[in-house]
Amino acid sequence: MNTIRFASKAFFRQVRSGEVIVMISAIAMAVASLTAVGFLTDRISLSIEKQANELLAADLRIRSPEPIPSGWVDEASSMGLDTAISQSFPTVIYSSENSGLARIKAVSSKYPLRGQVRIANDQLSDEYPVKKIPNENEIWLDESLLYRLNIEVGDSISIGNSEFTASAVLKYRPDQSIGFASLSPTILMNIESLPATGLITQGSRVNYSLLIAGEDDVVESYSQLMEDIIPNSARISDPSDSSERTNQAINRAKQFLSLTIIISVFLSGIAIAMSARRFMKKRMDMVALMKSFGAQKRFVLNTIVIQLGMIGVVGVFFGSLFGFLVEGIISNLLTDLFVSDLPKPGFKTLMIGMLAALILLPGFAFSSLLQLSNTSPMRVLRKNVNPSPPSEIIVGTIALISLSVLLYYFVRDITLLSIIVSGMSVISVLLFYLGQFMAKTLGQLRGGAGASWRYGLANVSRRGKDSAIQIVAFGLALTALLLLTFIRTDLLTEWKKALGEGTPNYFLINIQPSQKEGIKEILESSDSVAPDFVPLIRARMTEINGESVQERVYPEERGSWLANREANLSFAKKMNPNNKIIDGTWWEENYDGSPLVSIEESAADDMGVKIGDDLTFLIAGEKITAKISSIREVDWNSFSPNFFLVFSERALESFPASFISSMYIEEGDTGVLRELQINYPTVSVVDLDPILEQVRQIIEKISIAIQIVFLFTLIAGVTVLFSAVHSTIDERRFESALLRAVGMKKKNVLISLLSEFSAIGLAAGVLAATGSSILAWQIASRLFEITYIFNLSLWVLGISSGIGLVCGFGYLASRKAIESPPINVLRNN
Amino acid sequence: MNSFSPKKDSLFKLKNVNKIVTSPEGMLTILSDISFEISRGETIAIVGASGAGKSTLLGLMAGLDKPSGGEIILNNNNLVALNEDQRAEIRANNIGFVFQSFHLIPSLNAIENVMFPLELSGKENARHRASEILQGMGMKDRVTHYPHQLSGGEKQRVAIARAFAGEPSVLFADEPTGNLDAKTGKNIIETMFALNKTSSTTLILVTHDKKLAEMCDREILLEAGKLVSDKAIQK
Ligand SMILES: Nc1ncnc2c1ncn2[C@@H]1O[C@H](COP(=O)(O)OP(=O)(O)O)[C@@H](O)[C@H]1O
Ligand SMILES: [Mg+2]
Repeated sequence: MNTIRFASKAFFRQVRSGEVIVMISAIAMAVASLTAVGFLTDRISLSIEKQANELLAADLRIRSPEPIPSGWVDEASSMGLDTAISQSFPTVIYSSENSGLARIKAVSSKYPLRGQVRIANDQLSDEYPVKKIPNENEIWLDESLLYRLNIEVGDSISIGNSEFTASAVLKYRPDQSIGFASLSPTILMNIESLPATGLITQGSRVNYSLLIAGEDDVVESYSQLMEDIIPNSARISDPSDSSERTNQAINRAKQFLSLTIIISVFLSGIAIAMSARRFMKKRMDMVALMKSFGAQKRFVLNTIVIQLGMIGVVGVFFGSLFGFLVEGIISNLLTDLFVSDLPKPGFKTLMIGMLAALILLPGFAFSSLLQLSNTSPMRVLRKNVNPSPPSEIIVGTIALISLSVLLYYFVRDITLLSIIVSGMSVISVLLFYLGQFMAKTLGQLRGGAGASWRYGLANVSRRGKDSAIQIVAFGLALTALLLLTFIRTDLLTEWKKALGEGTPNYFLINIQPSQKEGIKEILESSDSVAPDFVPLIRARMTEINGESVQERVYPEERGSWLANREANLSFAKKMNPNNKIIDGTWWEENYDGSPLVSIEESAADDMGVKIGDDLTFLIAGEKITAKISSIREVDWNSFSPNFFLVFSERALESFPASFISSMYIEEGDTGVLRELQINYPTVSVVDLDPILEQVRQIIEKISIAIQIVFLFTLIAGVTVLFSAVHSTIDERRFESALLRAVGMKKKNVLISLLSEFSAIGLAAGVLAATGSSILAWQIASRLFEITYIFNLSLWVLGISSGIGLVCGFGYLASRKAIESPPINVLRNN
Repeated sequence: MNSFSPKKDSLFKLKNVNKIVTSPEGMLTILSDISFEISRGETIAIVGASGAGKSTLLGLMAGLDKPSGGEIILNNNNLVALNEDQRAEIRANNIGFVFQSFHLIPSLNAIENVMFPLELSGKENARHRASEILQGMGMKDRVTHYPHQLSGGEKQRVAIARAFAGEPSVLFADEPTGNLDAKTGKNIIETMFALNKTSSTTLILVTHDKKLAEMCDREILLEAGKLVSDKAIQK
């Protein structure tokens, strides 16, 4: 009790003193950047997810080959969720002169629950969003169907037993994914008109979908509820499986945001460690005094810990306050960018701040404080009695453990964590030894301290281990910042590249073998790149290793769905360059043996199959069995035709195949398109631009978000660097006053100070630039799976910013001491 | 109170005290074979050149550090046999300090500095006691001043007030006038001796100020870590 009273008295009386304020600020900054970055990350992820929900046209979708029982809808409605249903199936449609294959999508009135449908009044007019679905006797149809059927908007077409007016061109619907099944031209129809067509009979192949939207947690509980109810043939999708393309971008963005959190935590740790050191150095006299007055070691330690706790509480308070403020400002600035109806930050944010402080404080401050409590009371009689510091290994280990625990709480990404934590550990050890080495070698300059810069360099050595510790702190802060810069640059470049000029924006589907040559000619004549034709064969999987696919047990629900659906098969001599073999081998180009098949990684995982397994398919009434010879990773970002299953050529050659192709046509170059559609009306031309646009928008948002978070972390990091430099300044301030008092010119004091900082900055900069390049390379290639390009100019920039920042901050921090009369400094000491 | 009964009133007994430290240059003997006794109420001056080992000896007697050999008995407690915390407890109840460089806590004002050791040992009425003693020393209008607002002499007065506030039985002063000009120093010394009289404290004073030493009952001279003379001062 006495301890607490004493400690709180001491705390409140000493709150004014510099070192306490510095420490509170360090904690406040740590908490603020953690809460703000954490909050921003949350918000951005949520907003990206909401956007991704557009791809489903809902927050949740249940698809089934059977009609959706009305009980499922009622359940959702009773939970307060929005619902819509849709049915889709392929059918042949007729105009007065032509016919064509189309996919009917019949929807109920609330469709789409997320995103908007866009239509145009005819082929040439501008599209606009609508908030309704077609009237009962009307349909909206894809542009290509107008060509196929040779009709205009306003003409009538017959679908089954009914006649419809084609009242608008369907330009965009949120859930037009790039799956090939849905790439046939679409007709959007009011579900009320469907029964009259008479197309839905027993045995027709209809996809029934129930769309759900509402509050996140309600949707989640509905989803859990339904999981137990729905039959095996039905499948629940949430946005995370809606599009692998945007998913990859979203995942990378999340990883990047995780990275920024890791880096903020890291920087906070450094700030706390450095301010704790300063706290310790300034309090040694005080502790010695307490002990000389008879305070026991326990009491001293308790006092320090209690004060630290109070510092922590005040720091968390101000940090959360500041964090809230920053959040508020940022989210106000960004309401346009992000969906606005996101949960406000609340108690959780505060908890995060407290948790962070609770773990970081002891982790990074405790060794200094332990050292402080070991101060010998003899210090009251002889100034140079210093407590022996705890071993670097122990300090490092405690810091590392607390860091890892905290980071694991925030970021569950073990790969990312282990790369960074191990990388940073290696770098800090190297920094420490470099510092010690410099302290040794620069000491030799001491003899000729005539020139002020030599005096400055010799100071590095004179401070010995202190210099080494500074080099570690500066170096780590720099490494963290450079790493973030490098990764950000890589990521943005990669995205620009992936979605840049020349990304295929049209798919041609249903090309017959005889049409290949003619299509090629049309495209070549218009300077478009001659496309590759990829064969497509529809089939059904019947057995895996002789076991019926219907009876087999799958590790993932998606596996069952993949195995049981109608499959699109392809065959090839060479692998698509956007794929990568991760197991097994691709066949020789002239392979002529028994059928082999290469399967996509996630499909293999979800179906639970491996190299050497036999897959049996039913193709046009004939059974064929192929052995899995390789497992591929597919870059879904590439926008080229990709398949889960690719066979060796001989295996499928004899089956009737159609071909698909992707191509890039410049915007406005509609001549080629028209020519294609007029000459080959049976070939479907699918415009990918709206989808590309959707992906582009998501990625653009992500990019902006990343820039903002990056900027924020950068500012936080630079502040840490500043406070780290500042925390070393006390001694130098006194020295430079002394130097001036004994007659050294202001300019020379400055030169000696700056040369000391330059040496430290250079050492920290070189190692930081190198270390962060290596880390960035590891993270880029292992995690983001992008090619890392070593950038010499960034490396040089890293080093120069190291020197620049350390010197600049060093100057700023000591300017006052250099400017003011030395007597002021000496008096106050 | 000056009724001598040496056996009963023996306060300190040092027997063959050594202090040896290991430094980068090798073993260094700072004190060797120091023995003497101090009775309660005495005023002792420890004198000697700079580096003779005075502060080290003071530190050992106050239990701030342990000797490498020998015995230091304070109030029948052998400090050598006690651990750090036990020695601290003895300090808390018996010992006050005045230092050459004052050692005021810069973030506390004058009265808070005086209260500091009182609060540390959980004494009641700390503020009242501190204010009383500061007033008695003519520091009434300085009580809320911070150390950087005080002159050297005023700082040392605060330090003396702080040392006496706890009513210690022994007061150690390590060159209390070393950082002060002659006049202020004299002033401070007079204050200290006056307080010592009223509170019958044993005063152990390290100094190389001849005048100051002469005000004490006894002078112990150290040279290079050895006790070379120990004599009563004739007044
Ligand atoms: N822990 C130690 N390590 C090395 N040298 C020490 C240590 N303690 C004291 N000394 C040295 O012992 C000598 C005596 O110190 P000190 O007792 O402070 O002398 P005085 O107070 O008489 O000036 C000095 O030379 C001092 O440098
Ligand atoms: Mg001394």
